[in-house]
Amino acid sequence: MRAFFARSDVRAAEIFLAVGLIPVVDLNGAHINFLTDAGAFVLLALGLNIVVGFAGLLDLGYAAFFAIGSYAYAMLASPQFGIHIPFWIMLFGASFIAAIFGILLGAPTLRLRGDYLAIVTLGFGEIVPQTFLNLSQYTNGPNGIGTLDQPTVFGLRFGFNPVPYFYLILALIALAIWLANNLRASRLGRAWMAIREDELAAAHMGINTTAAKLAAFALGASFSGLAGVAYASKLQLVSPDQFQFNVSVFVLSMLVLGGMGNIAGVVLGSLILSSVDRFILPQLTNFVHGFGLDWDFTNARFLLYGVILVGMMLLRPEGLLPSRQRAAELHADRSDPGAAAQEQELYERAL
Amino acid sequence: MALLTLENVTKRFGGLVCVRDLSLSVDAGAIVAMIGPNGAGKSTVFNLITGIYRPDEGSIVFDGAPLGHAHIDAIAGRGIARTFQNIRLFAFVSVLDNVMTGRHARMHAHLWDSLLHTPMQRREERDVREHARELLRFVGLEAQAHAYARNLPYGSQRRLEIARALASDPKLLLLDEPAAGMNPREKDELVALIERIRARGVTVFLIEHDMRFVMRVSERITVLNYGEKIAEGLPQEIRTNERVVEAYLGKPA
Amino acid sequence: MDVFLQQLVNGLSLGGIYALIALGYTMVYGIIELVNFAHGDVYTLGSFFSLAVLGLIGIQGELHGAPLVGVIAFTIVCAMLLCGLVGVLLERFAYRPLRNAPRLALLITAIGLSFILENIMQFWKGPSPVPFPGFFPDAAVTLGGVLIEAKQVIVVFLAIVMMAGLQFFVYNTKLGKAMRATAQDREAAQLMGININTTIALTFLIGSALAGAAGFVSGVYYGTTWFFNGFSAGLKAFTAAVLGGIGNLAGAMLGGFLIGLIEAFTTQFISDQWSNVVVFTVLILVLVFRPAGLLGESLPNKV
Repeated sequence: MRAFFARSDVRAAEIFLAVGLIPVVDLNGAHINFLTDAGAFVLLALGLNIVVGFAGLLDLGYAAFFAIGSYAYAMLASPQFGIHIPFWIMLFGASFIAAIFGILLGAPTLRLRGDYLAIVTLGFGEIVPQTFLNLSQYTNGPNGIGTLDQPTVFGLRFGFNPVPYFYLILALIALAIWLANNLRASRLGRAWMAIREDELAAAHMGINTTAAKLAAFALGASFSGLAGVAYASKLQLVSPDQFQFNVSVFVLSMLVLGGMGNIAGVVLGSLILSSVDRFILPQLTNFVHGFGLDWDFTNARFLLYGVILVGMMLLRPEGLLPSRQRAAELHADRSDPGAAAQEQELYERAL
Repeated sequence: MALLTLENVTKRFGGLVCVRDLSLSVDAGAIVAMIGPNGAGKSTVFNLITGIYRPDEGSIVFDGAPLGHAHIDAIAGRGIARTFQNIRLFAFVSVLDNVMTGRHARMHAHLWDSLLHTPMQRREERDVREHARELLRFVGLEAQAHAYARNLPYGSQRRLEIARALASDPKLLLLDEPAAGMNPREKDELVALIERIRARGVTVFLIEHDMRFVMRVSERITVLNYGEKIAEGLPQEIRTNERVVEAYLGKPA
Repeated sequence: MDVFLQQLVNGLSLGGIYALIALGYTMVYGIIELVNFAHGDVYTLGSFFSLAVLGLIGIQGELHGAPLVGVIAFTIVCAMLLCGLVGVLLERFAYRPLRNAPRLALLITAIGLSFILENIMQFWKGPSPVPFPGFFPDAAVTLGGVLIEAKQVIVVFLAIVMMAGLQFFVYNTKLGKAMRATAQDREAAQLMGININTTIALTFLIGSALAGAAGFVSGVYYGTTWFFNGFSAGLKAFTAAVLGGIGNLAGAMLGGFLIGLIEAFTTQFISDQWSNVVVFTVLILVLVFRPAGLLGESLPNKV
């Protein structure tokens, strides 16, 4: 009988333990604060990885689910409507609500080819925050909803200290990684691989491609629901401008940089980009100020993400820590686009 | 006992009639072939059987139940598996993963099991992996279990596709030009493999262009030309059938 | 009724701009099956280039008659040439290397390019909207309760002229024929001796030039331009292309005007806050229920 814990599990546990000790060792609140925020984005990246990395569905409007999770919390655990559902219930409640929307927003995309699917998800990515903005009698419009409830454990409120949030997010990340890892090497994971590779052949294996795709959207969305609740409760504010297209692209860039489909790669890409955003760009700005140059690199962040996206696709599309499979896929010369398109059309008629 | 029956099936694409009023049946346990010149509609018939297309007229009955408007995956679940004319393997995963994927329809792990790595899921994965290895042994590919499918030589890829199709324990196996591109030795092995497949209780229905191969391996042959059945019967009857010869060679001047 | 007609006029002017942008989307999609995300930003570049040219010329106040025509012609041609060049460069250095890569890679690259262009423009003219020189006369005519501005007339006029020119080119010239052939069957076109690379580059050139023209026109029409315009204008123009039937030139034109009308009427009768939502909903509905669009064909394809 094989050991329950593989060697990689032990290594992962060691890493988590090490990270978990950071607040004990490094008392710099700003660092903890940064890691906690970065952690929320790691969760987002892990969720998007299920949709894009595992199932191959290019979702350009992922921030919509982040918004749904956050606003669900803001409306059900704050003075806004006077409803105060406990945090720990909301954590999974909002995640569930986000999953439902994952299915609702994913459903229209089921028969669509890659580009069209991406555009539709982009459309939803625009519609959702715009809707939250417009329904101002419920959402306070551009001002957003504030003074959200804080989590409590055994009667103790988290307060404004980032440390408990840090451990919360760390636990959520551990959970997310475990779940994602389980999915990858499972019946569903293989179904996703098959759909990505050859949807027609996948159907002939008895794979219900509709259900599998919807499952990907739902699961991906549920992760961002978790992130939304955790992040909103820490930030104490949700507003529409937190969920614009650039957030979706930011998270996508993490996957592209780190390695789509590879869990460790995605985590790495996420942490790198968060660090660049929070530390490196401002440092660079200060650095050039020292030379008398009035450049502001923090405004260049979107330029940077654009460059990362284009550069990675041209140079190393599989990312820094590729999954072997994706590396092979992305470097294969698909010299017969006509045949692929014909086949896709054939399949779409059959759906 | 007919496992598969096509009754007066017609399929049109725009103005083109691809399959015209076709009736045929495949008995359980048989090895049956469909031949005909290029463009005769053979692959279309397979596509109709597996659910890629729906007949415009007529019906297809499998294992006692009409296919109706069933989706491809549902039809696969009922016990029809196939290989494709231009091999459609999952190129970027291992040989073993390809075959394990083929077992999808017979697995019971649902979303929760996959998500939470339940004991049932773990057991099932072990069983499926073992079953896949057995199939690889059956087609002679067990040594390449961990190779990428795309790295396999052509003949091995064809065998892998067959193994993957068998993974779902189908009642009916459709082979679309399985001998294409094979050398004589590989063809001999393929004949033996098809016999062994039948011995496992799987009915085989194949399309082929190689006449000698077809004559060796099949018990009944249906001949299509321009979407219509022009002959049907035992190999020796077909070999000498005038209409068949004419279809392939044209009318004598 | 007046309100209705007024919005009709407004919608047609808006639509002219969208139609010009949509043509570029549909041409590129028709030939390499790529949604060129950066196309909307090329449109914005068009207005930025126009700004630069107008600045160089040194416009003061309104113009009339011959100088007006001259300035328009000169600026629009410059904008078109420069944007065309940008389009060709994008294709050559970002899209061509990935021509045989999986779709995902191309799409991601297109998004990246869009971001890069937007940010370059943000650095160029700043994060806030920039005013366009008001050289175009503020003349207007009131026909039975409906205000028709000279600006709106010029928008629709220019749009129609460009579209007619494009139609002529695509259907009556050898290069146009090459484009159509490549769009239908790239391999066969190659075998006929058509240079695919040149043809695709030409497609990008023309599509981007049209977007540049749209940029100039929109600058005149709105009196202002902004680095982030391209994002939403691009999405709406893409919706127009899809609505009309992707890959179909007449469809892009029809779709453009329809989307302009939809936006005008939504703004008037609901609110402009919701106009984006409505347009994107149209996009989603079209893609789900009639992906071939209004003028597209649903040919059953035998494989």
